[in-house]
Amino acid sequence: MKLLTLNFLTCAIKTCKSNPASFPLHPKDAELEQIEIDMNPIFIRNILPRLDWVALKTLSSELGLASLPEDVPTEEELMGEDGEATQTLKDLHVLLMETGIASGRLCCGACGHEYAVKEGIANFLLPSHLV
Amino acid sequence: MLPTPSTSHVDPSRIYEPAEDSYLLLDTLSSGSETAFLQQRFPPETPCPLVLEVGTGSGVVLAFVNAHAKRILGRSDVAALGTDVNSFACKAAAQTVKLAASESGIGGALLDVVLGDLASSLIPGSVDVLIFNPPYVPTEELPTQPENVADEGLSRDAEFERDSHLLSLSYAGGVDGMETTNRLLEQIPQVLSRRGVAYVLLCKQNKPREVVQQIQGWPGGWNAEIVGSSGKQAGWEKLCVVRIWRVS
Ligand SMILES: C[S@@+](CC[C@H](N)C(=O)[O-])C[C@H]1O[C@@H](n2cnc3c(N)ncnc32)[C@H](O)[C@@H]1O
Ligand SMILES: [Zn+2]
Repeated sequence: MKLLTLNFLTCAIKTCKSNPASFPLHPKDAELEQIEIDMNPIFIRNILPRLDWVALKTLSSELGLASLPEDVPTEEELMGEDGEATQTLKDLHVLLMETGIASGRLCCGACGHEYAVKEGIANFLLPSHLV
Repeated sequence: MLPTPSTSHVDPSRIYEPAEDSYLLLDTLSSGSETAFLQQRFPPETPCPLVLEVGTGSGVVLAFVNAHAKRILGRSDVAALGTDVNSFACKAAAQTVKLAASESGIGGALLDVVLGDLASSLIPGSVDVLIFNPPYVPTEELPTQPENVADEGLSRDAEFERDSHLLSLSYAGGVDGMETTNRLLEQIPQVLSRRGVAYVLLCKQNKPREVVQQIQGWPGGWNAEIVGSSGKQAGWEKLCVVRIWRVS
């Protein structure tokens, strides 16, 4: 699963939704994979305002990836005057769209429940006693 | 007519095959009135819309919206996400979405198809376009959700049983065919963004007009309207698509 997906996911347990510790989910024993896909600079630019930057920084440091800039990159830092994608934009594309968790677990910081990731697919189904 | 995504790799013995209901969603979402509504709601230069299909099955609907994002939403910077309780469907749907996107060449971006119940793993307020073709057939019982069943090392009988259970999850809707749909409707006010809109397919036995009225009474200013239908029988539509959105 892509790292960008984790920006939109949280613990499936209802009572965790109001607890800020339930986001982001924390990867455990994550095996990463790199899958090349075409870059869409407009997509990266327009997804930025939707990112929880602090959470993304936490996530990439927990995964041992290169550290992100302190603040959200500005429009000028993403595209040059000629509209060319900058290195910052390319790095974000690699991090968000090409880097994925192939297997491991995702742990909720609020309740401690762990969701398995297998063959790149996260399993958010809850055992019946937690539904 | 926009091309329909190919689903020839989908195994019909354990995944819901595209049918009349799926095609009604494709027709409705690409109709003039809905594309106009969506494009007005998500102008270019606003943050990327997140499209979530709940219960992707083969993925034909999500693949269609993603591949034709430019025609439907007026922009191709769209993020597509799916969920299903059937792990085979999750895999197949991801493949369907990728295939259709590579054929169109200007599609949105698939994030993932995750295994899960409805929209319960999504961040509140995050979904811009939610689509659900639910299990809508009235049945005496609602099948249980799959627990972590192994997909390997099963006997033929056990495999057959698992597959029929998975297929029953794709159509069996319990009382009035509404048990799963009602749970999804309950999640909508929490999971939809302020600009969000949901499309939910219903059949005649689901009492669509009552469902629409009920949504119009939700606190906080909601509207619902039937925006697509098919299969007229004695003046009644067999299937219809309800659009649900915040009015204020
Ligand atoms: C009628 S089929 C629709 C499949 C596909 N979207 C289409 O239109 O062809 C319903 C789908 O919802 C899935 N489903 C059933 N209950 C669900 C739940 N609680 N959460 C997520 N998906 C569910 C089924 O596995 C099945 O794939
Ligand atoms: Zn939790």
